[in-house]
Amino acid sequence: MDLSAFRDPLIAKGLIEAINATDTRPVKIMEVCGTHTVSIAKNGLRAVMPERVTLLSGPGCPVCVTANEDIDIAIEFAKQPGVVVTTFGDMMKVPGSYSSLAKEKAEGYDVRIVYSPLDALIMAQNEPDKQVVFIGVGFETTAPLIAAAILRAKESGLENFSVFSAHKTVPAALGALVNDPEVEIDAFILPGHVSTIIGTEPYEFLAEEYHVPGVVTGFEPVDVLQGVYMILKQIEEGRADIEIAYHRGVMPEGNTRAREMVEQVFEPEDADWRGIGVIPGTGLKIREEYSHYDAVRRIPVTPPEPKDIKGCQCGEVLRGITLPFECRLFGRGCTPEHPIGPCMVSSEGSCAAYYRFTDYGKA
Amino acid sequence: MCLAIPARVTTIEENHMATVDIMGVTRKVSLDLVPEAAVGDFVLVHAGFALQVVDEAFANETLELLKTLPFFEEEVGLGAIAEGA
Amino acid sequence: MQADRILLAHGSGGTMMKALIDEVFVVGFSEEALKRLDDAASLPFPGSRIAMSTDTYVVHPLFFPGGDIGRLAICGTVNDVSTSGATPLYISVGFILEEGFPIEDLRRILISMREAAAEAGVHIVTGDTKVVEKGHGDGCFINTAGVGVLPEGLDLSGSNCKPGDKVLLSGTLGDHGIAIVSTREGLEFSTSIETDAAPLNALIANVLKAAPDARCFRDPTRGGLASTLNELADASGVSITVNETSVPVKDQVRGASEMLGYDVFQVANEGKMVAVVPAEQAEAAVAAMKASPYGEDAVIIGDVNEGPAGKVYVFTSFGATRIMDMLVGEQLPRIC
Repeated sequence: MDLSAFRDPLIAKGLIEAINATDTRPVKIMEVCGTHTVSIAKNGLRAVMPERVTLLSGPGCPVCVTANEDIDIAIEFAKQPGVVVTTFGDMMKVPGSYSSLAKEKAEGYDVRIVYSPLDALIMAQNEPDKQVVFIGVGFETTAPLIAAAILRAKESGLENFSVFSAHKTVPAALGALVNDPEVEIDAFILPGHVSTIIGTEPYEFLAEEYHVPGVVTGFEPVDVLQGVYMILKQIEEGRADIEIAYHRGVMPEGNTRAREMVEQVFEPEDADWRGIGVIPGTGLKIREEYSHYDAVRRIPVTPPEPKDIKGCQCGEVLRGITLPFECRLFGRGCTPEHPIGPCMVSSEGSCAAYYRFTDYGKA
Repeated sequence: MCLAIPARVTTIEENHMATVDIMGVTRKVSLDLVPEAAVGDFVLVHAGFALQVVDEAFANETLELLKTLPFFEEEVGLGAIAEGA
Repeated sequence: MQADRILLAHGSGGTMMKALIDEVFVVGFSEEALKRLDDAASLPFPGSRIAMSTDTYVVHPLFFPGGDIGRLAICGTVNDVSTSGATPLYISVGFILEEGFPIEDLRRILISMREAAAEAGVHIVTGDTKVVEKGHGDGCFINTAGVGVLPEGLDLSGSNCKPGDKVLLSGTLGDHGIAIVSTREGLEFSTSIETDAAPLNALIANVLKAAPDARCFRDPTRGGLASTLNELADASGVSITVNETSVPVKDQVRGASEMLGYDVFQVANEGKMVAVVPAEQAEAAVAAMKASPYGEDAVIIGDVNEGPAGKVYVFTSFGATRIMDMLVGEQLPRIC
């Protein structure tokens, strides 16, 4: 299958013209998926939007919205003798209250990057004298994988594997954003692969209760432009629907099997979104039946008192209230080399994307 | 939060695992989430797991749809490209 | 010598060290100059200007698809010296070996170095070894220094680039970095990609003959093409724009980079050269690269422009322009 057509400059150009030909009031469109943040920045898409269309980055980077506290706990696990902390690469440099997993690895603690939770399972099998803790971060795209890993561990009777679940779910967070008086959003570019799992039904309330349109969008330049075009058509026509642009990757019903596995292993709990606060029901807690695989219950740790970072405006950036280059620390004290907040350190944080791919605000 | 890439299933193995091919690079992935995937299917791979079978028909449908947008005929005209413009 | 592993005694200057040098190093390198075992090598020098470079190699794993730390060390220093336009002549090697390191592995590394040196036409003329306690080294660290003879009147420099110049790349990007990462525990995937580690002194000499006004050469090692171009743009006070579609990347390298979330422009190369040449000599320069060993995929990838100074841009495959940024810290695989 040749999917390079979704990067085709001719099709992209046609979509850009179509976007410019729509007739709408000034609109603010928010994307809530870090991969969209990077795709938009890397492909220079903001520059081709008409003036009246503002593309905002939202809290779609699960790494960015991981609470300080959770990173502190992950670090505490690493400090326990005989524990190997395994994590996705994304989490390594994110600052907690006092340190980061990368810094602790430099101190000599056993922190290892894996590409897949399956790799962590293999490590546990190969090193039976170690306790392998997997740091579970991510939205609904990733939660089913961790559920599957836990189910595999249970099935094979693996005794030295557990998960620290800091997963979050997206739809309620979108609700919190539309309800936030400080936030102005006219439409959402809805996440691609989160929707592969959850389908479109969880977003319907945005259209039905708040009259906010949303389009499930893919990640190639043509995909993103198509998503924006479909949103503008809806606004032009006064509609508010949840539509799918990313047909090849998302079915309206999502992936039922994946959702069942998440249901089986996790239950909802409240979660603290860094920079935003607690959003009820957006966390995933490992159920009692699988508590044996819950790192928090298997390896009790006492993290230090969490501490916020002074001057950091990540919270406002994550809600689209402040653009990255409007943050007083952007490029002045907060850079990818010396990040202060998660928006700059995460590979798909809004600030990192702006800093890396555009000219804004660099001293 | 969504880095998933299309990969072609080349072999199905035991324990719900499969080998997939991404432009010549191969890797074992889990089919726990897509047990019905078959050899030759394209699947979206995220962190070592297949999320879904990528529907080629839908991909083509989308591309056809995009090419019917008015601006293609008028200006860039893919037909003009075919004529060797 | 009977030991099959490096012991602390091998570094202490006594008979065991002598045995190591005589039976492993000298035999491994089989260089006439080394057999004399003087503290310093006395060497003929055909010129009056010298180019010199040093580098230390700490790559892990030591043996990777297509090569090892030994080949890397020789090629790396040969290439660094050659970027000045000098003809590399002599190499010194310094080893830091960890107690317990298998001697068989050391022999393999030395053979690699000998073969790479022979290919490049350079001589390993002096060396040193130290041994550190177990746990204090990653098996084997190698430092190499190289000297070469610089022709009169040649003054290549990264600060010489001028608006209007063309930027050339000698071949496919990302091979070395992907070969290395494919061996890393926790990320395993199967690929036939091998390191591209290679000596490029012959390639550089050919380009200089065809394009005598070439501005500079630089090899895109750590940090990849992005680091190299950003450094050049900065040093010369110019901007550089690269055409994404012209940059050659092997399919498997692209596939692996997509899977891990890597930016191919930031992945390391060990057998590639960037050259900046005046526009009117660009075609001749590319032809010379293509006719040289390891240069068959050479291509013009972009040009040098006025400014803003220090900026590097990518003209993307779908027609927009974005910045080619430099790597910050390590390149880590991501799922987001």
